[in-house]
Amino acid sequence: MNGTVFMTFPVTATSHTLADYRARGGYAGLEQALRQHTPAEVGERAKASGLQGRGGAGFMTGLKWEFVARDAPVVYLCCNIDEGEPGTFKDRWILEHSPHQLIEGMLIAAYALRVRHAFAYIRGEFDLPLRRLQAALQEAQAAGLVGDNILGTGFSCDIVVHRGAGAYVCGEESSLINSLEGKKGFPRNKPPFPAVRGLYQKPTVVNNVETLATVPWILVHGSERYAAIGVKKSPGTRLFGVSGHVERPGLFEKPTGYPLAQLIFDDAGGILGGRKLKAVIPGGSSTPILTGAEIENVTLDPESMGKAGSMVGSGAVIVIAEGTCMVRLLQVLSRFYAHESCGQCTPCREGTDWMNRILERVIAGRGTPADIATLRRIPSGIQGNTVCALGDAASMPVVSFLKKFGDEFDHYATHGRSLHDGRLAP
Amino acid sequence: MSSPLPSVLLEQFDALRRQYPPEMKTSLVLPLLHCVQDANGHVTEADAVAIAGYIGMPAIQVIEALTWYSMFDREPQGRYVIKVCRNIACSLRGSERVVAHLQRKLGIGLDETTPDGRFTLRTVECLASCGTAPAMQVNRTYHEQLDEAKLDRILESLP
Ligand SMILES: Cc1cc2nc3c(=O)[nH]c(=O)nc-3n(C[C@H](O)[C@H](O)[C@H](O)COP(=O)(O)O)c2cc1C
Ligand code: SF4
Ligand code: FES
Repeated sequence: MNGTVFMTFPVTATSHTLADYRARGGYAGLEQALRQHTPAEVGERAKASGLQGRGGAGFMTGLKWEFVARDAPVVYLCCNIDEGEPGTFKDRWILEHSPHQLIEGMLIAAYALRVRHAFAYIRGEFDLPLRRLQAALQEAQAAGLVGDNILGTGFSCDIVVHRGAGAYVCGEESSLINSLEGKKGFPRNKPPFPAVRGLYQKPTVVNNVETLATVPWILVHGSERYAAIGVKKSPGTRLFGVSGHVERPGLFEKPTGYPLAQLIFDDAGGILGGRKLKAVIPGGSSTPILTGAEIENVTLDPESMGKAGSMVGSGAVIVIAEGTCMVRLLQVLSRFYAHESCGQCTPCREGTDWMNRILERVIAGRGTPADIATLRRIPSGIQGNTVCALGDAASMPVVSFLKKFGDEFDHYATHGRSLHDGRLAP
Repeated sequence: MSSPLPSVLLEQFDALRRQYPPEMKTSLVLPLLHCVQDANGHVTEADAVAIAGYIGMPAIQVIEALTWYSMFDREPQGRYVIKVCRNIACSLRGSERVVAHLQRKLGIGLDETTPDGRFTLRTVECLASCGTAPAMQVNRTYHEQLDEAKLDRILESLP
């Protein structure tokens, strides 16, 4: 409850409703945008706030919006609710507890971009988040906040909820667009970027849930106030999800620049069962792993995280305690990426499968030291040679696990068994 | 070919079609596939052909979507499809124990259905429940912070 943009209210049985959202000041940002500002002014505010995308890539939101041609007759907006990066569970919180905040953010963005039809692409597995979003949209429609002539201002925008069907790669924005066109979710070559040519070849902005749901706050409280939160180069608060071997896993809203160790040891209650910290994957499963020693002075912002050799990604902090078998843990990830590669580019399709088969062999006790040498080589053939970032996402864990825990891999391959007892869970 | 789709479904199709701008007709592929699966528990290739006919697009594109997305089942499944997350956060919190317990209780392996047709057991990738791991879905419903006792209670509570 001590958040700034999101966790500002106690979660109750009704906190997701329109009445509650209005009682905490909801839709004031939309009113202000529609009645007091031109679309261009709203875009300028987003830009001046310094807000960066929360979907993982961290691109400046205002700048992305600026890439859309002002005279384009049709522009689409897609909210990316595919939330599939392992470790990430923040967008779901917004949908379950404050869905109107997302709707309001989508409408403000739609106004800035002159969008008539906006889409909420939600992962097909989601149940409660989907029902909460649909119920909120119905409430908003009945209140004249979505649809024709919103709040009597002459601005019209419909929001269509579109369910995905179980494909991690559809969280990649051009894959999401193909999926929304009814095709299989193959990512597209870039350029052209979606803001130039996206859904049905029309300029399209794809933004993450957390990104869009931040926009109402910026309108109400001002860009300057937002820009003043956290670190200067990537300001604001973020929803950090802590999972894995901690006493109190959960979601925490913190300003950027917050110490990673404090998040793990204070907010999340420290390591499960009082064990020692072995490693942290700080930004979702594809970000490079850091050892317990490496996180000591790291703060949760791109600069500090970059210096430490990793990324903030989607704000998903995965904590690993001493005694965990890193070989088996990496195979959990390699299996995932091999399964989710769309198969479009050979280096990713073959490389993810190859890495996974090697790791499978090693944990079955049939690996050889030559396998580990091969495993070290494969990522360089993938990275930079693929249509989308999934190939890199699959490579980074392999590179960083081998670099930091190479002895465990060598031991497993040489002796046919784990250096630890092979367990992942305590 | 006459449509194998019953009229209740066609009414739902019409309602979905009205949500999308007319120029976006191929966007109906996933919503209509979901609609059939929600009604019948699975979607056949004949359904996909009928959907293509309804939308007015080549059947091959609908069949491609049907086969590419992991959530569509082309065969009948158990009445309760149990999907246990096997990804990183759940692994760190005991998803392997969850799978082992379910296999023992149900007497089936992964991707199998009990002989009485009640349960199908599967693993899936991250369900965005990492903070409440380990997690699984039974049909649409999420169950989180699982342990053996909780699994027993969930199984017993199913009608
Ligand atoms: C394989 C892959 C999966 C992705 N999954 C998601 C996702 O689930 N949610 C999301 O918002 N962005 C995801 N992204 C990032 C999107 O491509 C895109 O950058 C983002 O939605 C843009 O929104 P933002 O600028 O507001 O962050 C993914 C990217 C890749 C390469
Ligand atoms: S990198 Fe992998 S997931 Fe991305 S387009 Fe290529 S094959 Fe598909
Ligand atoms: S890893 Fe299981 S829900 Fe995310």
